[in-house]
Amino acid sequence: MPILKVESLDVRHGLLPAVRHVSLAVAEGETLALVGANGAGKTTLMRAIAGAHKPSGGRIVFEGTDITAVPAHERVRAGIALVPEGRRLFPELTVEENLLVAGQNSKQGHWNVESVLDAFPILKPLYKKRAANLSGGEQQAAAIGRALMTNPRVLLLDEVSLGLSPLAVEGVYHSLQTLIAGGATILLVEQDLGRAAAVATRIACMLEGRIVLEGAADSLTRQQITEAYFGLNRRVANGVGA
Amino acid sequence: MTWVNAIIQGIMLGGFYALLACGLSLMFGVMRIINLAHGDLAVLGAFLTWVLVDKTHFPLIVSLVLALIVMFGVGWALQRVLLERSLRSGMLIPLLTTFGLGIVIENLLLEAFSPDVRSLGGNAGVVTTASWRITDQLSISALGILILGVAIIVLGGLHLFLARTSLGRAMRATAQDPDTAELVGVDSRSVYARAAGIAVVTAALAGAFLAIRAVVDPSSGPTQLIFAFEAVVIGGFGSLWGTLLGGFVLGVAQTIGAQIDPQSSALAGHLVFLAVLAFRSGGILMARGAEA
Repeated sequence: MPILKVESLDVRHGLLPAVRHVSLAVAEGETLALVGANGAGKTTLMRAIAGAHKPSGGRIVFEGTDITAVPAHERVRAGIALVPEGRRLFPELTVEENLLVAGQNSKQGHWNVESVLDAFPILKPLYKKRAANLSGGEQQAAAIGRALMTNPRVLLLDEVSLGLSPLAVEGVYHSLQTLIAGGATILLVEQDLGRAAAVATRIACMLEGRIVLEGAADSLTRQQITEAYFGLNRRVANGVGA
Repeated sequence: MTWVNAIIQGIMLGGFYALLACGLSLMFGVMRIINLAHGDLAVLGAFLTWVLVDKTHFPLIVSLVLALIVMFGVGWALQRVLLERSLRSGMLIPLLTTFGLGIVIENLLLEAFSPDVRSLGGNAGVVTTASWRITDQLSISALGILILGVAIIVLGGLHLFLARTSLGRAMRATAQDPDTAELVGVDSRSVYARAAGIAVVTAALAGAFLAIRAVVDPSSGPTQLIFAFEAVVIGGFGSLWGTLLGGFVLGVAQTIGAQIDPQSSALAGHLVFLAVLAFRSGGILMARGAEA
């Protein structure tokens, strides 16, 4: 039974449909990479799952419970944590405070300040620094650490490599692989196909608000993903879950 | 020595202004609301304390504590029922909402209490009359010291609360980015309501001190709002220490103005306020966050 299910979800930005009738499921312990071009609806879908966008139709089921109408902060307590695009750390709070503010309302679990610092050693010397003074890579590590502080059952990662130097991306993905190896359940939005394919167990490709291709990461060819990504061959999409 | 006396009296008056203004500063710092009903809420707190003293004959301190508890509920309910809805419509609607709320409070107080003035001075005991005479031209009133002490304790306490407690951290996080705060498990509606409750409590406390050191009537709110607003702007919006400093600057400006010409007390404060707006619009201490 999947831990997270999205059923026929529609999300609009005003009158503009951003996510159209999307259905997907994430099983416990798997990493599902959501790929697609800019404007495909990936971020909107992630934010809808996290509770930051209200869907106009469909439902979101987490651990068997319909959470479509549940506010974002209660979804966090239930076990869904989002690392938002652009990190969105609280800039005037220190790294420590960013971690603590996420941990204070969450359930107990493996993740606490010590274990987050062990997972992201880069943060140790920056612990008392204001988040605004961190580099992009350091901020991304703090943002992932902040999400982990909520002890999530499902971690939603939105464009974790965006705007980072290659070295910083390497560091972030190294930490991610450690998380994945530890059995974390992850829904990952990524534009870098190579990166996504390297860490994902399954890949779903979005185009114009729909999922046009979905399958096990090792069963999809690079050409299939590329065609779905750019909408080069709509017949591929029509056959699989569109 | 006369000028030294003016400065000392100004600092003590500034303590009152800082106490009056810190709730205004807190609400702006956390919710980005400029609460134009702040002065009327202070006066409402003063009248509530007066009613409790008058009807129940409890000691002033007991009545004040009861009034502050009620006023926390008033602030909490105001946020949940009124301000929360208006906040969704941008900056202007909360401004208009609090403007209207101030008028409603003022008219309800007029209906209930008539335009007559009320005072709590007679219930406060010797503190209202006691003073220390340092020289012939310099004396320090016990009430002035008490209000200054309470102001420093309240502002310092608020600072520590925001810096050291989990709710304070949540308030600062929500002040910086309410959407992201929700995404890390913070119930921003609850945080806002509690911040509004605290802000109204500090306003009511200042209102009670106003009624102890002078008199209040149902129309006193707007004048108090102006002084609170000036203290906050002089110090820097959203900065608690700036608010304390702004209160001192405003108080000293008023007492020095009164020393030059007794009619010019308020005018001197307004001129300093305008000067700060003209030359340092962010206030003397530019705010970096609600906790600054």
